Amino acid sequence: MAAKKPNEARIVITGVGLAAPNGNNLTEFRRNLLAGKSGIQKFNVRYMGEVLAGICHFDPLKYQKKKELRRGTRAGSIAIYCAQEAIADAKLDLAGLDKSKIGVYLGITEHGTVETENEIYEIKQFDYDVKYWSHHHNPRVVANNPAGEVTLNMGITGPHYTLGAACAGGNIGLIHGLQMLLLNEVDLALSGGVSECTGSFGIFAGFRSEGALASHPDPEKASRPFDKDRNGVVVSEGGCVFVLERLSDALKRGAKIYSEIVGYGINSDATDFIFPDRERQVQCMKLALNKAGISPEDIDIINTHGTGTIEGDPVECQAITEVFGEHPHAYMNNTKSFIGHAMGAAGALELAGNLPSFEDYLVHPTINLDHLDPKCHLNNLVINEPKRIDKVDYILNNSFGMLGINSVVIVKRFEE
Amino acid sequence: MTKEQIKDTILEIIAQIIPDEDLSNLKGDIPIREQVELDSMDFLDIIMELRKRYGVEVPEDDYIHLATLDSSVAYLEPRLRKF
Repeated sequence: MAAKKPNEARIVITGVGLAAPNGNNLTEFRRNLLAGKSGIQKFNVRYMGEVLAGICHFDPLKYQKKKELRRGTRAGSIAIYCAQEAIADAKLDLAGLDKSKIGVYLGITEHGTVETENEIYEIKQFDYDVKYWSHHHNPRVVANNPAGEVTLNMGITGPHYTLGAACAGGNIGLIHGLQMLLLNEVDLALSGGVSECTGSFGIFAGFRSEGALASHPDPEKASRPFDKDRNGVVVSEGGCVFVLERLSDALKRGAKIYSEIVGYGINSDATDFIFPDRERQVQCMKLALNKAGISPEDIDIINTHGTGTIEGDPVECQAITEVFGEHPHAYMNNTKSFIGHAMGAAGALELAGNLPSFEDYLVHPTINLDHLDPKCHLNNLVINEPKRIDKVDYILNNSFGMLGINSVVIVKRFEE
Repeated sequence: MTKEQIKDTILEIIAQIIPDEDLSNLKGDIPIREQVELDSMDFLDIIMELRKRYGVEVPEDDYIHLATLDSSVAYLEPRLRKF
């Protein structure tokens, strides 16, 4: 074990705000994960007609004016909802905080696609005359938009930006927030990830062209990682923002502490645009374990990244088996089986969904797993029903993305 | 369109652009931006909406004519008469 760090160098999660297709807050999300309730529905997409998607149903007017909604983006709106909910959950009074010492760091898979598609659709009605192109286009599509809208809405004057990291974005937003706290750049980080991708036909069409867009007569059964009959990704929107603080600050104000972030790893495959690489995934999990100063047998729950693609899922299963062995101590689940792939939000949302395990000792399952693909065999995969376990001290969260970006986060039960 | 219809149209466009504002007491002879929260991007939305709906082009030098509701109606009346 590594030597115990001073409280100023320990970063803890003290608030969670989220928007998932099956829950508008952690309590609701967790309840549905334990009840096996999917959030996938039929959804109409421009040029494509009916597809399957995960759509969030939070009330954006809870924290935004109608004008803000009209002017901003869906990603901005999701980010604002999650950030405000996270602050409220952390029982922080924004008015009493030094807003110049708050940082907003949000992982994204993509941004600007939705707005660009919308504008092109709009000017098509005017025979592509660009004088009808909106003056709102640039502020909507700049890559910092979702984080910037949070600062506008909340009056935060510390740094804000997004971290483009494909589907590893959520984890990387979290890791970056931790790093900025350790560097004393900020005193509070609003960290996580967002995605508005369901507003873009291009994302759906792209996956379909790759042969990787999930379809199923029953929408709730379409996202089926590790199942023999899986046929691709269910595209979802969503967001999750954590309040991160240095432990010393959290203790000083008597904050509720969800967990401590003790390990992380980020690396690159450097092999392919789309296909994952087992060796680098292994390396990334080991990086996180090393950073945490623990062994694979210390991990109690692994949230797998598995997206439901034919090619991707077995690679992660092999990587996990290589790190954790054929007979691992850890139990494994998959959150995308409920909510689809929330892209930039996925890593953060999926971690959030597992955090209550520190209290209820339940591992939510992987649903829609009727016939396990032998290539995805994982001992201790929790299938279709939640599993009660005796010990939950460490949770490991995998999140991998296109262009070969891997991210792993390890959180620990909080102990002083 | 009559002057009254033009006024209603302008109000409808503004209501769409600043949906949180109450426009029921908007005075015709006082600059709109002194009465409700309407920034320069919102103003450009009005210009864009006139362009999209009626093909009316308002050159930048003429923006001044859209300062109040009354001056807007006067400026737009010859341009929207045919609708």
